[in-house]
Amino acid sequence: MYTPDLLELIKRVEATREARLHQEFPLLSPEDKKTLLEGFHPDYKTEIFRELKVGPSKGQRTPDEYADVFEAYSAVDPAKLDLSRVDHDVDVLVVGGGGAGAAAALVAQQQGADVLLVTKLRLGDSNTVMAQGGIQGADKENDSPATHYLDVMGGGHYKNVPKLVKALVMDAPEVLAWLEELGVMFDKEPDGTMITIHGGGTSRKRMHAARDYTGGEIMKTLKDEVLNRGIPVLEFAAVYELLTDGKKVTGAVVLNMETHEYVVVRAKTVILTTGGGGRLHVMGFPTTNHYGATADGLVLGYRAGAPLVYMDTIQYHPTGAAYPEQILGLLVTEKVRSVGGQITNIEGDRFVYELETRDVEAAAIIRECEGRKKGVVTPSGQDAVWLDTPIIEMMHGEGTIRKRLPAMHRQYERFGIDMAEHPILIYPTQHYQNGGLKIDDTCETGVKNLYAAGEVSGGVHGTNRLMGNSLLDVVVFGRRAGEAAAGRAAEVRKPGRLTLDHLSAYHAELKEAGIRRTRVSPMLLPEYRRPETIGKTIEVLS
Amino acid sequence: MRAGADAPGRRDAESHWQTGDDLTMAEDMVTIHVMGKQYEVPGNLTIMKAMEYAGYQFVRGCGCRGAFCGACGTVYRTKDDYRLKVGLACQEMVQDGMYLSEIPFFPGNKATYDVSELEPGSKAVLELYPEVFRCLACNACTKACPQDIEVMEYIQAALRGDVEKAADLSFDCILCGLCASRCPAEIVQYNVGLLCRRLYSSKIAPKAPHLQKRLKELEKGKYDKEIEKLMKAKKAELADLYNNRDMEPRD
Repeated sequence: MYTPDLLELIKRVEATREARLHQEFPLLSPEDKKTLLEGFHPDYKTEIFRELKVGPSKGQRTPDEYADVFEAYSAVDPAKLDLSRVDHDVDVLVVGGGGAGAAAALVAQQQGADVLLVTKLRLGDSNTVMAQGGIQGADKENDSPATHYLDVMGGGHYKNVPKLVKALVMDAPEVLAWLEELGVMFDKEPDGTMITIHGGGTSRKRMHAARDYTGGEIMKTLKDEVLNRGIPVLEFAAVYELLTDGKKVTGAVVLNMETHEYVVVRAKTVILTTGGGGRLHVMGFPTTNHYGATADGLVLGYRAGAPLVYMDTIQYHPTGAAYPEQILGLLVTEKVRSVGGQITNIEGDRFVYELETRDVEAAAIIRECEGRKKGVVTPSGQDAVWLDTPIIEMMHGEGTIRKRLPAMHRQYERFGIDMAEHPILIYPTQHYQNGGLKIDDTCETGVKNLYAAGEVSGGVHGTNRLMGNSLLDVVVFGRRAGEAAAGRAAEVRKPGRLTLDHLSAYHAELKEAGIRRTRVSPMLLPEYRRPETIGKTIEVLS
Repeated sequence: MRAGADAPGRRDAESHWQTGDDLTMAEDMVTIHVMGKQYEVPGNLTIMKAMEYAGYQFVRGCGCRGAFCGACGTVYRTKDDYRLKVGLACQEMVQDGMYLSEIPFFPGNKATYDVSELEPGSKAVLELYPEVFRCLACNACTKACPQDIEVMEYIQAALRGDVEKAADLSFDCILCGLCASRCPAEIVQYNVGLLCRRLYSSKIAPKAPHLQKRLKELEKGKYDKEIEKLMKAKKAELADLYNNRDMEPRD
């Protein structure tokens, strides 16, 4: 429900709507983009980063909140943990139950590997399930993988790893066909032609969607398939440490999140598909991410010796909900802009083309509020700008929003706002970790027999990811990791020695760097209790 | 950890540091009962955030926090009302005198199958989920759905073998299981909907012709040279190509 003050402000947006309907708004020049990013994108604020003091990427710049989990001790004492009993002995251990994990498990099993999937929460609990807008893939006549390649490189500021981009764009059509075959309900014309639209920074309409539940639809299908194929899954089972023989990864210590008992898994290869770290709340930003996005896989891989790449670039989604408070930071899908939604300031004037890349779009919104003071301030003191949604109905006809953006419409309807009638208030929100564990095009990390796919890995998207390339990423690289890890497992003859030697060494390095034992990681769960509550608890049961 | 007031774009000092909830209006405190235990919480919170305010740290019963994952199905009753209601903890607001409990897991039946071997129609649905026959058309499932899906309608469509309609109507399902929790016939509606969507999409909807064409081109290596060339290009060359690329019109 809008307050009378906000309803009054909405009149200004309504007053300019007719004129904006056919208004051409130019893209920014490369020079203007640079100035904007340097002035207002959080990645360019040097004071929020620090250089890592330990580990294989010592000296690399990361946001403070990430550095805090890297420069932390394990709750496990490596000298004391009993690893003598092996509870599960498998070829491939998949860690994480999102899109990448499910795709990896399916392909690894298909290759004949004995697979175990463990996940901290439930199978399917992930950012994949929340992805709304779509999945890219160059499958139309006027498009090509090369065109897709160029969009990805330009969007990522040419920092992307070329081999990974090649894998992404060249595998995309096959991935779409695989999902189609599995029964993902893509939006199609009656003859089967995929309905595709633009996303920020795309030069062709190559965004394939399943209404605005694209990731949900993909995740539900992959999860169903994992269960149908009888792949063993342990839920509420978090990997707390990887195991190595000192060099290669050989297994993992898996914690039952409910009983706190651990089990030892021996595996010939391990695939990390644990996602990103939105729930670390860099700079205190709200996030679009799932409850489980606490960067655990990064910590595990890093301690085992896997180098990082581009950890100093975080993607802020330009359009997080800014009002009402109950949904602050939640995603307002880019698809709203793809289908015609316009961004305006308090005067009802557009100030940026709606389909710039996400970093540019987010920076422009921050500038409009902080720099030009032309934002709207919500009743609870949150800066915001308008996303004019009723204009979508003017462009494409009444009912378009309900039909093409059902999840968004429902989200606002729950709080008494009809986005087909009134514009909505938005502000950038922490969305995606562009960097991560460095991988090659088989998804192997810097540690032998340790693979990573999806958001936990880095390099594919350079320093800025395009919309629709994350759903694509998780399936492309999930499948690649599954195939490569199963292939490697078949070559591993002797079962590996299970030790925590790497952890002892990491602890020693922390001590040497003067880092005191005040922080423990991986985080596993974010902390949303009040400080007053936390300060008054007694840990009698741990 | 940083305080909420430091968060970008925040202009107030009293909000919860991460959730942004305004916790200053003490006069709006309400009383809720979580699994029978009483707590005072601000009245402007969702059930999920109210439970966190009360001191719970979720392991189960919390997922995407945005109505996409179905982890936080909740059954509740309001003051002076005998009726049980259901909803998602991440979406429902607390009310004074509310009694509630999450249902973070529902032990519903899930059939296993190879979708490529099934024929779309009532036979496949009823062989895998014969309990669909038992539907009483009582509509309890529809009333329970937090997504406002016509659940009973799609179960009836599945029963008739109209897989396409069942797929279409069930599309927005988030697998929270609240429909099944209220069903007197013990039907697991959400799994029936999922089966119908997979059957429809893989067996009835026509395959995308342009996708098959592209796969053949890729197999023949049609794009290999162009990609190799781009991979070798210097940054300045790529930037030039990128900045001057032609854009397909938006609409």
